[in-house]
Amino acid sequence: MSAIRELYQQVILDHNRSPRNFRKMADATKSMEGYNPLCGDHYTVYLKLNGDTIDDISFTGSGCAISKASASVMSATLKGKTKAEAVRLFEQFHRLVTGSLAAEEQTDSLGKLAAFSGVSEFPARVKCASLAWHTVRAALEGEAKTVTLE
Amino acid sequence: MDRFQSIRGCRHHFPLLRQRVNGKPLVYFDNAATSQKPQVVIDAMMRYYEEENSNIHRGVHYLSTRATEAYEAVRGKVQHFINAGHQREIIFVRGSTEGINLVAHSYGRTAVKEGDEVLISAMEHHSNIVPWQILCQEKNATLRVIPMNDRGEIILEEYAKLLTPRTKIVSIVHVSNALGTINPVKEMVAMAHERGIPVLLDGAQAVPHMRVDVRDLGCDFYVFSAHKAFGPTGVGILYGTTKLLDAMPPYQSGGDMIKSVTFEKTIYNDLPHKFEAGTPNIGGGIGLGAAIDYMNEINLSAVGSFEHELLAYATAGVMEIPSLRIIGTAREKASVLSFVIDGIHPHDIGTILDDEGIAIRTGHHCAQPVMQRFGIPATARASFAFYNTKEEIDVFFGALHKVIEVLG
Repeated sequence: MSAIRELYQQVILDHNRSPRNFRKMADATKSMEGYNPLCGDHYTVYLKLNGDTIDDISFTGSGCAISKASASVMSATLKGKTKAEAVRLFEQFHRLVTGSLAAEEQTDSLGKLAAFSGVSEFPARVKCASLAWHTVRAALEGEAKTVTLE
Repeated sequence: MDRFQSIRGCRHHFPLLRQRVNGKPLVYFDNAATSQKPQVVIDAMMRYYEEENSNIHRGVHYLSTRATEAYEAVRGKVQHFINAGHQREIIFVRGSTEGINLVAHSYGRTAVKEGDEVLISAMEHHSNIVPWQILCQEKNATLRVIPMNDRGEIILEEYAKLLTPRTKIVSIVHVSNALGTINPVKEMVAMAHERGIPVLLDGAQAVPHMRVDVRDLGCDFYVFSAHKAFGPTGVGILYGTTKLLDAMPPYQSGGDMIKSVTFEKTIYNDLPHKFEAGTPNIGGGIGLGAAIDYMNEINLSAVGSFEHELLAYATAGVMEIPSLRIIGTAREKASVLSFVIDGIHPHDIGTILDDEGIAIRTGHHCAQPVMQRFGIPATARASFAFYNTKEEIDVFFGALHKVIEVLG
């Protein structure tokens, strides 16, 4: 498979065309904006937290296929997870897209996130894949209102 | 007989273009970001560092004299190249951005007062917005914007209305980097001058594509960057009329811009040195000189017509793609093709084109207000130079079809 097909895997194309949880959440307990001024990718992530558990998660916004699919797959993955699990998944995901995830770590726990393995061949696109994740982490940590990736 | 035969023959002057990217021959369509450099420019800079490198304007020794002569000779080349009246009207700067900052800082801070207005257009690069914005904030003045139509052309009737007794300077782009529009700057300068308002023209995208004659245009200031015109990065030119430059206070201060310094008082140097504090980018200046010699040799008017053919060919080809929309359809246009494709983000277009060896720019092109005007976050932009070919544009068409196949 060519690097391009490896990057734009079916899962990514599908989530880009029909993003999951793509809606504003009226009763969100937390929301956070994520913005990449370099390419204009701009999302808002909504979380409904029940104690330490992410009961619901959704997002709105626009950007490239990689950033939108990543936000979509992330939202599907994080629903029902605890904060600690979310942070651990982000760390694993970040190592995956930067090409530093050891093969033995690429277990089933990644699920559909594994579709982003091709990003590591495109360093310019790592920020696209991780924008929504940075945004969620900032929301969970209660940082400032907008996450800006430079 | 191929009337562009001599231009086609120029491609081999550019060593970088011979490489392969991702296993495919490089197709360099990012010329509006920076141009490639011909061997003569690379050689001239290497020769300078190998044989002449020395500090200028201060040494009595052989090398310093030689370097000073070589550097000052470039000032003369620039003067003739843009047909300025005097060498003293040619100020070396780091690039167009610094040229505009110099004028905003030095001219702007003396001429613009509370309640005054600075007039720019809706298609400016951030470098011709932000320096004026800062000035206006500082002076409690107002930044006014000349609107453009849906083709990306300045609306001259609106421009006429915006020229008022409060307008202290007009600063507009000669050729738009994001849209390719060639503005009717000569007419616009004349309109401003009727009201006694000086005009700065940002020529960063114009100089590599057309003959620029500052006296024919009548502008008061003109800026351009060497690196977009086949020269090196880090050097550019501010042209200004003696009358305005003489009256302006210095921009940066230090060595070279002074006649005498005591702790009580400094007497500034004459033009052009008054605006050239510190050791300049001498090697870069030498490279610019070689680039000007090169542009004089290849004949910029033939370059303009050839690039126009490339643009027409590319435009006709992409218009066959139904989901593609061209952003910037001015009747007078330089070789810039900005576009969007329905449902596909420009960055994804850029990544797939790169995989095919094609370098284009994607994003807002440092012109976010232009993107806002057209209601889009970004565009994909192919920009051509005379060393590009129709065969490369065919490769580009093929790659666009691949983009749609993968992501459409």
